Amino acid sequence: MQVTLKIFRYNPEVDKKIHYETYNFEAQETDRILDLLEHVKGYFDGTLSFRRSCAHGVCGSDAMRINGRNMLACKVLVRDVGGQITIEPLLGLKIQKDLIVDMEPFFDNYKKVLPWFINDSPLPADERERLQSPQQRARFDDTTKCILCAACTTSCPTFWANDDYLGPAAIVTAHRFIYDSRDEAAAERLHILSETSGVARCHTAYNCTLACPREIEITRAIGELKMSMITGKLD
Amino acid sequence: MPNVHQFDVVVVGAGGAGLMAGLYSSRGAKTAVISKLYPTRSHTGAAQGGISAAFGNLEEDKPEWHTYDSVKGSDYLGDQDAIEFMCEEAPQAVLELEHMGLPFDRTPEGRISQRPFGGHTNNVTGKPVRRACHAADRTGHMILQTLYQQCLKNKVTFFDEYQVLDFLIVNRRTAGIVAVELATGEFHTFHAKAVIFATGGHGRIFEVTSNAYAYTGDGAALLLRRGIPLEDMEFFQFHPTGIYKLGILITEGVRGEGGVLINGKGERFMPKYAPTVKDLASRDVVSRAIYTEIREGRGVNSSNYVWLDARPESIARYAAEDGRTNPDGSPYVLSGEQLLAKVPDIIDFCRVYLGVDPLTQMMPTQPTAHYTMGGIPTNKFGEVVIDESNAVFPGLYAAGECACVSVHGANRLGTNSLLDLIVFGKHAGLKAAEYAQQADFEPLPPDPQADSRAQFEKLRNGSGKENAFDITTEMKKVMFDLVGIYRNEKGMQEAITKLDQLKERFQHVKVTDRGRIFNTELFHTWELGNMLDVSEVVAKCALNRRESRGGHSREDFPNRDDSDWLKHTLAWQKNGGVEIRYKPVVITKYPPKERVY
Repeated sequence: MQVTLKIFRYNPEVDKKIHYETYNFEAQETDRILDLLEHVKGYFDGTLSFRRSCAHGVCGSDAMRINGRNMLACKVLVRDVGGQITIEPLLGLKIQKDLIVDMEPFFDNYKKVLPWFINDSPLPADERERLQSPQQRARFDDTTKCILCAACTTSCPTFWANDDYLGPAAIVTAHRFIYDSRDEAAAERLHILSETSGVARCHTAYNCTLACPREIEITRAIGELKMSMITGKLD
Repeated sequence: MPNVHQFDVVVVGAGGAGLMAGLYSSRGAKTAVISKLYPTRSHTGAAQGGISAAFGNLEEDKPEWHTYDSVKGSDYLGDQDAIEFMCEEAPQAVLELEHMGLPFDRTPEGRISQRPFGGHTNNVTGKPVRRACHAADRTGHMILQTLYQQCLKNKVTFFDEYQVLDFLIVNRRTAGIVAVELATGEFHTFHAKAVIFATGGHGRIFEVTSNAYAYTGDGAALLLRRGIPLEDMEFFQFHPTGIYKLGILITEGVRGEGGVLINGKGERFMPKYAPTVKDLASRDVVSRAIYTEIREGRGVNSSNYVWLDARPESIARYAAEDGRTNPDGSPYVLSGEQLLAKVPDIIDFCRVYLGVDPLTQMMPTQPTAHYTMGGIPTNKFGEVVIDESNAVFPGLYAAGECACVSVHGANRLGTNSLLDLIVFGKHAGLKAAEYAQQADFEPLPPDPQADSRAQFEKLRNGSGKENAFDITTEMKKVMFDLVGIYRNEKGMQEAITKLDQLKERFQHVKVTDRGRIFNTELFHTWELGNMLDVSEVVAKCALNRRESRGGHSREDFPNRDDSDWLKHTLAWQKNGGVEIRYKPVVITKYPPKERVY
């Protein structure tokens, strides 16, 4: 089938302002949007720049706006979006070139929630694993799936307005540790989330949940954290 | 000189091996980790099924069995001292990950849950054993996240989105590396006493592959150009179950949970090829079985794929047929809900890419290029060894998929790659730090960035009559069709001729992007040069080895030949060609014997 790709372009070394380029070519219904971008780069314009690596939705490199919605280019097929396709960079992060945005503020926010396991108590006497029941493990399963692609954070209206807001991805990471029965720093993380840049800024727009390519129920996770702050309970 | 950084140890690559190396090295030496991707984008994150350790959490198991299974899986080409070392270290390595917070799935008792995997057996009964420790079907993702998090916690220094270009040698010792910062196009010299390569494999040289775009063999190729040999490059693993046409991996864990392979006539065929472990035979055995079915006309619709059937009613039926039971002796069944909990990503991939629901439909699968068994030769401490006598190159280390210890020999067992990353990443980090503590810096060469600049200039100034994408596409097809699962002399000669032509055409490529900021066209074209160099070595080593062993299957030499070929290949790039020599395999407890599953 014939596809028309309208791609956001901006090369700071050449362009005075942003613009769009349109490319028409034959594609398969089962092609990934990433395959189309590769085709454009190979045969229309080698300067087109975007990030990509695994090409099947697990590395998080190629989050971008496809027909106005945040998606991974490798996890959307032509048949999912039709033949008229507009591709733009994520919103709310500085554009470095074409579809590449500056990820540093995103990772800086991630680093603020103590995104690592904390347990300074002695190991079990047999020095084996810290025991955890399947139910305890299931409690935080959903938020372990995050690949830090930034699709959620850059779909959030609060993040667009305030880039000091931690954003959904960093909160998801905090959730993954706060509800892990083995971790001992829940109180410290909840305190970080309770500050002005934290969960209180979430207005439950649900954009993050809709944008997540890993289908994490992000808004629910944020709601659980708000509840834990009020009740002081971690169930 | 602009952009010169000095570190005791520089780690190149931030997947499982690189992060583990960085974590351990930074405890004893000033360390930097550089990576062309953000660390969490590394290909370790795509690993699915599990990491093996003989805990015996669900049934009897022991490290000796794991060792023997790995030796047998390697088709006796793995070095037995290194394999034994890895399997003995495995339980401690996996516990260390748990202590770092890795969220493994759990048994009812709260211990790490384990599942069966191909080639891992109870050595008494010969039946599959539950040895693979897992976190759903995203075990690699959890390892990558956990190690990155621990590196942040321990304040490891990262240079994200820096592409390595060159390895600096002065006085026959390590002096550092050169890298380019993707965001600015600026060159950086990292002056170092020790360098650890953890740059991953090169599966992107093949048309159908489970591997990430990043898997272009950068580390192996640039060391090759600096006179370091590569070991056992003819051995590449084709995983039996890739998603048809796309090559995306469907973990062996699906078969571990009870899925079976079905040919176009609706028959389960693995019992013909591996009567005892059936669908859980080693990957080389299963991939060849699938190809044999296809060649004999029993592919689906007479095409080049077969079915993987993991529908709950099928799992129950075949488990009953095989006499498989739960640890408590009750019949083995799996509901759709349980399957969804155990392999959620696989189900998601099939729904997204194929429009197929594995709970009610069979999955179309074909073998996919998956894992680089060969690579940069090392000993079990991660030190790079550069000749037949295993002489160590001072200050140079390698770990993970880019390295060849060799623990995988001619065929890797599933789950042993993640184990390899953790065990040998750690030891490379420890050894490099220890070395750096007693070594002095070598002086830098007068113009360390000269060669890197020249390589880029050449790509910018080609005639432009050739297109890099066309060359990439043709290379991948040549390698998959002629140096793939089945190989023969005529095909490989043809492949080598074609690769020569492609290398010649590569001289006429011209990068059109003249910019500095994220010049991805330039970087990807440079990576193609690496893939062409690596492909040539793979094809020539494969042509030279006149036997079949593990992942190397010669139609013209269908049998393993221990009297002539029980030896490792070493290949050097010399005078525009490839020079091949051999070194002995380390055999300790397990004399080679016929391999039956």
